[in-house]
Amino acid sequence: MKLLDGMRRGRQGYLMSAPALALYLGLLVIPLGLTLVLSFNVFDYGSGIDSHAYTLDHYISLLGDSYFYEIFLRTFWISALTTLLCVLIGVPEAYVLSRMGAPWRSIFLILILTPLLISVVVRAFGWSLLLGADGLVNQTLQAFGGSPMKLLYTPFAVVIALVHVMLPFMIIPVWTSLQKLDPAAEQAAMSLGASQFTVIRKVVLPQIMPGVLSGTLIVFGLAASSFAIPGLLGGRRLKMVATLIYDQYLSELNWPMGAAIAIALLLLNLLIMLSWNRMIEGRYKKSLG
Amino acid sequence: MAFVQLENLSKRYGDIDAVVATNLAVEKGEFVSLLGPSGCGKTTTLQMIAGFVDVSSGRIVLDGRDITHAKPASRGLGVVFQSYALFPHMTVRDNVAFGLRMRKVPGGELQQRVDRVLKLVRLDRHAERYPRELSGGQRQRVALARALVIEPPVLLLDEPLSNLDANLREEMQFEIRRIQREVGITTLMVTHDQSEALSISDRVVVMQAGRITQIDTPYTLYEHPRTTFISGFVGKANLLPGERDSAGVVQACQPGQGELTLSLRPEKIDLCAVGAGRLQGTIASRFFLGSQWLYGVSTSLGALCVVRRNDGSAPMTEGTAVGLDWDPALLRVLSVDEVPA
Repeated sequence: MKLLDGMRRGRQGYLMSAPALALYLGLLVIPLGLTLVLSFNVFDYGSGIDSHAYTLDHYISLLGDSYFYEIFLRTFWISALTTLLCVLIGVPEAYVLSRMGAPWRSIFLILILTPLLISVVVRAFGWSLLLGADGLVNQTLQAFGGSPMKLLYTPFAVVIALVHVMLPFMIIPVWTSLQKLDPAAEQAAMSLGASQFTVIRKVVLPQIMPGVLSGTLIVFGLAASSFAIPGLLGGRRLKMVATLIYDQYLSELNWPMGAAIAIALLLLNLLIMLSWNRMIEGRYKKSLG
Repeated sequence: MAFVQLENLSKRYGDIDAVVATNLAVEKGEFVSLLGPSGCGKTTTLQMIAGFVDVSSGRIVLDGRDITHAKPASRGLGVVFQSYALFPHMTVRDNVAFGLRMRKVPGGELQQRVDRVLKLVRLDRHAERYPRELSGGQRQRVALARALVIEPPVLLLDEPLSNLDANLREEMQFEIRRIQREVGITTLMVTHDQSEALSISDRVVVMQAGRITQIDTPYTLYEHPRTTFISGFVGKANLLPGERDSAGVVQACQPGQGELTLSLRPEKIDLCAVGAGRLQGTIASRFFLGSQWLYGVSTSLGALCVVRRNDGSAPMTEGTAVGLDWDPALLRVLSVDEVPA
């Protein structure tokens, strides 16, 4: 009877989660499966995709061409730099935020979140207006007698815009873990002779590492697969993997190649994030539980 | 001059006076409790001594040194927090060693001192555990060890036992007292629990609305409370109207007649046969406290609280008429509260 009850309850559980499951299946698992299949299909510029013939050609050319290596490498260093900058800016910002008084804290938290309400495309155009050849930055430079600089369509433009867009995703998890800290622990450290700096380094930072870890994972993952910002601010020359995939699909019309690159990006991204997670979590798991 | 001296110490938050012109002298090696209801300023006083709260006016002098505006880190005081405030990412050993590392104590001596203090608080076998793996009482001991290991001149305890359950609290009271005696450290404890303050302190400081209203040894405080509020806050008290007779001796009198307020502790009242004693009454309620019976007796002076030892005989039942008697020398004259409770 107990077993039957359990089964019935189990089935009820599945039933309850069916809508979410359907969404997950229909919008993630099936398209991903189709992409995976597509990446093995034969493609010919004359006759197009042959959905009945399979080949490893796309993966072989991906592994054999230094052009692809360059773009993957660029994508990952830009994402890593973005993540690093987000940590350097976001962690202190979250700490300051957590130290603010009653009305200001909510006001600034909302201020940090408002950019999320504006489309990434709009924000990217905003940056291109600022950084363009006769944009505000260059106009200011010239007004002070400097010579105009090439800012737009450089890694600099992509990184600065990515940091701007990704910052909330770093601040929110860090802020959440800061909320869990006992403020008395900081007072205790001070009473034991620690300076403010030592308190942050030895007491606060180690405790918020789980939050920083989640932040880096989110930011890196989003940055490595970002499309609009490298597309609009990197231009045609400075390609990142997502824009490369776009080109394969829409300019070259080589869908299987695009699919193969997408799968490669997914796997590499997973590999990097999982090893990073393991490395950091391994260090802090024992102490933070 | 006393070891720790508070001179006209005050703290204002905007329009609110949290602590008003407080004077207190604590001798070396003494255990002093700051007792009062919540919001009376006792914790603020402790935090000013620790350096976590800025002083509005007045001075704090420690062993002849003015520390009123010194940074917490340079005061070198040991502080134990209500929440224990342990570092969750460090083992017990690292928690305790933290203060010594900040003082750059060399490795060998550091290990020795940590081991010694862990033995003192009986945690030597849990040194490699993390705080979350410990019970409340054990965490409390770690907090105590962490504060004591730096050999501070003064130990400050902020409601150290309020997060523990009743049995453990009693055990830790004795434990704190034992450790304090063993180390001989000057200790200031903040508490709202009168029995805690009475049982482990050398002296108790009662605070109300930011002011000190009485400083005495626990026994004197209990036997001679100064005000109506203190007599009710420290232990139970029956408040009786009173007057002085022609010989100048204080006597209880009928309500509305006397000009005095008297306090009479429940255990000082004897229950005797009907007709005998000073006052007649009826048992209205009774509560069993284990070692004692607590009776509510209704009399012409109002409801009186009487405590009788549980000596094994049958307790009195509700509705029984009794006589009440007491030694008039045990009546205490109270002054009216000068500050709102």
